[in-house]
Amino acid sequence: MSLSPTPSQTVGPFFSIGLCRRPGDELVPRDHPGATRLVGRLLDGAGEPIVDGVLEVWDATERRWGRCGTDAQGSFSFVVAKPAARPGEAPRLDVHVFARGLLRHQLTRVYFPDETEANAVDPVLAALPEAGRATLVAEAEDGALRFDVRLQGDRATVFFAH
Amino acid sequence: MPTTHLRDEPVVLGDDPSFGGEVQIDYPGYRSTRLRAPDRPLVTLPESFHALAGPVFGEDALDELDHDLTQGFGGEPLGERIVVTGRVLDTDGRPIRGALVEIWQANSAGRYHHQVDRHPAPLDPNFGGAGRCLTDDDGRYRFVTVKPGAYPWGNHENAWRPAHIHFSLFGRLFAERLVTQMYFPGDPLFAYDPIFHAVRDPKARELLVARFDLETTQPEWALGFQWDIVLGRGGGATPLEEG
Repeated sequence: MSLSPTPSQTVGPFFSIGLCRRPGDELVPRDHPGATRLVGRLLDGAGEPIVDGVLEVWDATERRWGRCGTDAQGSFSFVVAKPAARPGEAPRLDVHVFARGLLRHQLTRVYFPDETEANAVDPVLAALPEAGRATLVAEAEDGALRFDVRLQGDRATVFFAH
Repeated sequence: MPTTHLRDEPVVLGDDPSFGGEVQIDYPGYRSTRLRAPDRPLVTLPESFHALAGPVFGEDALDELDHDLTQGFGGEPLGERIVVTGRVLDTDGRPIRGALVEIWQANSAGRYHHQVDRHPAPLDPNFGGAGRCLTDDDGRYRFVTVKPGAYPWGNHENAWRPAHIHFSLFGRLFAERLVTQMYFPGDPLFAYDPIFHAVRDPKARELLVARFDLETTQPEWALGFQWDIVLGRGGGATPLEEG
């Protein structure tokens, strides 16, 4: 038996009443060893901030999950710790992006800027053209990690089929 | 309300079964897709990714009354009381137990309890419009709520959303994540709604519509609706073994 999956619909503009009732942006406590802030902005095709988006970050290695809605500047912020690398892969976090105007959520991932060697041989990163690769590696910024998500355009973040 | 103009293209396109279960993410009739739908080709991940386990939520994610949206505010909300229930299944028809189901909706007048919602319909002091639950061993979820109203949304001239409840689900696999909307049978607004019609295959669209069910309807108390949800996993991956 194979059932047809239920189709996706947009999260709409009012998701915060259902999805953001509790604070959920800390994958690890702030005092966790190696805890760092992962910050960024969600931007549309005109480079404007998306104020009604929500990101979910999944650390599949350590099984840690977090969720953060964007604010009036389109900004989000998580507390994360770098997971251990899986064999042959660079450490990473998986990210789902939801927003009004996105009829289905998008899938991307964050790699770590201090993992130059591992990033160079990660099979997913290595298969991307340089410009695309750069969109997936966070930038170190004032002790935090910056990861902006651009939905469209020449500098668009790489999204994965899912 | 701001006035919006009809655009050159139709708000709703014709059916196209070739889309199958996929929603058309750049559906032109839904204006907000224009600057937001990704416009670059998606990159394919290794097959193994689609078998990656997702987050698991336990009872600690819930409060006692989270499944009952008619409680917790000191009085009864106005509107048609309804029970919405169904099963969460994988594509093999197996129940997904312990799945976190989160819902949110407008009140019976079509107004969300959200500061950005400016629709001049009354807020209901006894209705917050959000709920959550975990599926049981049979994959079943169940909510008690009131039927949400239709509301205008400014996408085009005289645009109204059909009544709907937003659903968010986590399956066992990371790839089974789903956010969608449940609609009510026979809604006359279906024909005019670009979000609903962005699912181009009419058979797939039907999967978004709940079924009125007299068995679920509780005498002298609430109308019952059944809506099963099937979580796809993308990539044709082999599911995780039951653990």
